[in-house]
Amino acid sequence: MNNSSVTITIDGETVEVDVGRTILDGCRSAGVDTPTLCHGDNLTPSNVCRVCVVEVEGSRTLVPSCSRPAEEGMVVATDSERVRHSRKMVLEFLGSAVDVSQARDVDHDSDLSVWSDHYGADPTRYGDQVAKSSAPLKREDDLYVRDYDKCVLCYKCVEACGDDAQHTFAIAVSGRGFDAHISTEFDAALPDSACVYCGNCVAVCPTGALQFTTEFDLRKAADWRPEDQHVARTVCSYCGVGCNLELHVQDNTIVKVTSPSDHDVTSGMLCIKGRFGWQYVQPRF
Amino acid sequence: MADLYISSDVASEGEMAAVAVVLGPDDDALVVEHERVVRGGTRRRHARRNLLLPALHALQNHAGWISPGGLNHVCERLQVPPAEAYGVATFYDLFRTTDPGNREAVTHVCVDGACQMSGANELLAELEAGGARVHASPCLGQCERAPATFVQGLAGPDLVPADSLPYTIPQQGDASLRLLRRIGVVDPTDIDSYRHNGGFAALERARELGPTELVQLVTDSGLSGRGGAAFPTGVKWAAVRAEVDTGRSAHVVANADESEPGTFKDRVLIENDPFSLVEALLIAGYATGATHGWIYIRGEYPLATARLEKAVAEARTGGLLGANALGEGHNFDITIRRGAGAYVCGEETALFNSIEGFRGEPRNKPPFPTTHGLFGEPTAINNPETLVNVLHLLTSGISEYRTQGTERSPATKLFCLSGAVLTPGLYEAPFGITLGELLEMAGGVRGDLRAVLMGGAAGSFVDRSFLDMALTLEDTQKRGTTLGSGVVMVFNTEDDIVAAVSRIAEFFRDESCGQCVPCRIGTQRQHEIVGAGVLDAKHIGLIDEMAAAMRDASICGLGHTASNAVQSAIRLGLIGAGK
Repeated sequence: MNNSSVTITIDGETVEVDVGRTILDGCRSAGVDTPTLCHGDNLTPSNVCRVCVVEVEGSRTLVPSCSRPAEEGMVVATDSERVRHSRKMVLEFLGSAVDVSQARDVDHDSDLSVWSDHYGADPTRYGDQVAKSSAPLKREDDLYVRDYDKCVLCYKCVEACGDDAQHTFAIAVSGRGFDAHISTEFDAALPDSACVYCGNCVAVCPTGALQFTTEFDLRKAADWRPEDQHVARTVCSYCGVGCNLELHVQDNTIVKVTSPSDHDVTSGMLCIKGRFGWQYVQPRF
Repeated sequence: MADLYISSDVASEGEMAAVAVVLGPDDDALVVEHERVVRGGTRRRHARRNLLLPALHALQNHAGWISPGGLNHVCERLQVPPAEAYGVATFYDLFRTTDPGNREAVTHVCVDGACQMSGANELLAELEAGGARVHASPCLGQCERAPATFVQGLAGPDLVPADSLPYTIPQQGDASLRLLRRIGVVDPTDIDSYRHNGGFAALERARELGPTELVQLVTDSGLSGRGGAAFPTGVKWAAVRAEVDTGRSAHVVANADESEPGTFKDRVLIENDPFSLVEALLIAGYATGATHGWIYIRGEYPLATARLEKAVAEARTGGLLGANALGEGHNFDITIRRGAGAYVCGEETALFNSIEGFRGEPRNKPPFPTTHGLFGEPTAINNPETLVNVLHLLTSGISEYRTQGTERSPATKLFCLSGAVLTPGLYEAPFGITLGELLEMAGGVRGDLRAVLMGGAAGSFVDRSFLDMALTLEDTQKRGTTLGSGVVMVFNTEDDIVAAVSRIAEFFRDESCGQCVPCRIGTQRQHEIVGAGVLDAKHIGLIDEMAAAMRDASICGLGHTASNAVQSAIRLGLIGAGK
């Protein structure tokens, strides 16, 4: 151990973690698989989904591994009965209230259902009379679609729109409790709001609640084929900042544009031009 | 953020005038002269954001709702993004964001606990049939005079109809009282009357001791938090003092957002002896070295708020607050903030967010308030009852203070008795009194005792086998229940206890902030299951599973305790098979 790192124990293994890094970082370097949903490497941890909770010796409740800094001597259990139970219940609760069919563990690049199966979550045991989120599909422009039936309220879009990236503050959480939801002021349509259409909220959404219209339409037509897509990496040509773009191409057509979340210029964030201004590449006459 | 996007809706002149009362006529976060921004900047914007909640109160009171134009006006003046301000406005029960279509005051009728058992729902229906605008409200903190009402004013003050009657406590005039001894004796509107009744003697004594000895005294006294968590007060104060000694600026906060169903002690205390809270907060400021004092009082307490405002103003006029108030170089002043109807804001970190002008969502801990509290600065946050304990400790000395109560639970406790007792009301009794004795103090049970809800909605039900339980922190814990905030709500065999438990489940569903998944969805599912009324072994197993996850994985105490009452009711057979 030295001054710049702390030593913790995860599931019996000794792990060194840099000072200021989280238990989740420790889990990753120890090769301990930990599910995440509201976490994103390019965003401040909101620690609201609670699927990454772990047991820390001496702590009365479980702690969110994504936000809790590792402290010298911490003894962490990631697969105890308590941990497995809470993770199962979180996944089950979400499955009972929200359409999680497209939800993903972005950190693992896997479907959330992998974890639901792993922990044995069964959302159907609450019966079919339970309240579910029921928001009308919002399609207010040509660029992206908001389908809040899929929203798990992970706060990532709010953070990306706000002071983690864009500083536009067009959306926030409104309402309270089970009725809480993402909204503009007075639910104004996006084109009438502060939204600048950077699409960063769409880029960070882990559930498909926010979706590029191109992807949404292809999925609707049952023609979204990630296995047939290739990704071309390039540099945005609009200005001199040097944002890297990943052009997702299906059938020789760009179907969405992203940027790597670990890219040192963009951290995964783009502006409207890089994100949506690619029609000139494939003019339709 | 000079390019904040504001829609074209504009405020009425009345709305602007109402907001100006709170924000001042021309003291904006951003000032533009011609093309040039002359005052603004991030720091100024941050310094003004905590005025968002008072400004929203002003809009609501003026028009009966928060209109898009009104919201825009406030956002422009404070430089808060409208989406965020809307998120804040929709967080609180006392704010509306849709046009009510008329200009009438709204009568809130409490439908929780004792009020529910005293015909609150019938009263609600009756008022509505009579043409009144009504609102079914969570606990209004007037459980001793159930069913309770609160009238939310329009372009005029809020009002509690029952406040027009003179108030007495059952033990009025009892010389052995400590926390309640001035109630009914002192004129709550007159600082001189407070002085004549021993007021400010404790502050004087505190300043003789000096901060270090004062903090030590509070630690040695064994005083612990009376809001429910029972954290040692001296430890909290010492931690903040240590931060101040490193040069940081600090706050002391009185958490008077008393919203735990069944609790009304702080209301009675503040309405009838407001200067005691002002004095106690001054002492806390002196001990910790904090320069800012805050009192966050729930929005449904108009009389307590008015009395406090007057008390703080008189203290300021009298030189007790302001520059060098606590000695050479130690400035101290008190700001009063009204909540707007959100149980979760009683959680300390949610309360900080609420004051700061954000949604009242609890923060993850650690870091704790003593290092990162209000505005990220060290903060000692205490319940009013806890603070007022310090007055007696100082004036009578530690040995006298500890003559009552037990080693681990010294001194006295305020108990809020409501429901099926002959004389509901606020009682002060030494820790260690048994539950049976306490019920006798309140004249005994009205009818046949069925169950007692200890500690409020976040507490648990007990039955007559607990009548011999000593009411101390240690004994209640040993018997698997809690004192919580001092709620003792009594149900007799005539009461519809199934409905009461179902309402508690609904209460948590309504009051969850919605931030974390276990609480947001868990409280909803719990209410669905309990409300459906069919509780077989399968459902009970499910409730236990949900409770375990909420207790373990929720962010704050609301989720941790949301199943306590339901599970205890099942254990006692109050609900469940055949009920």
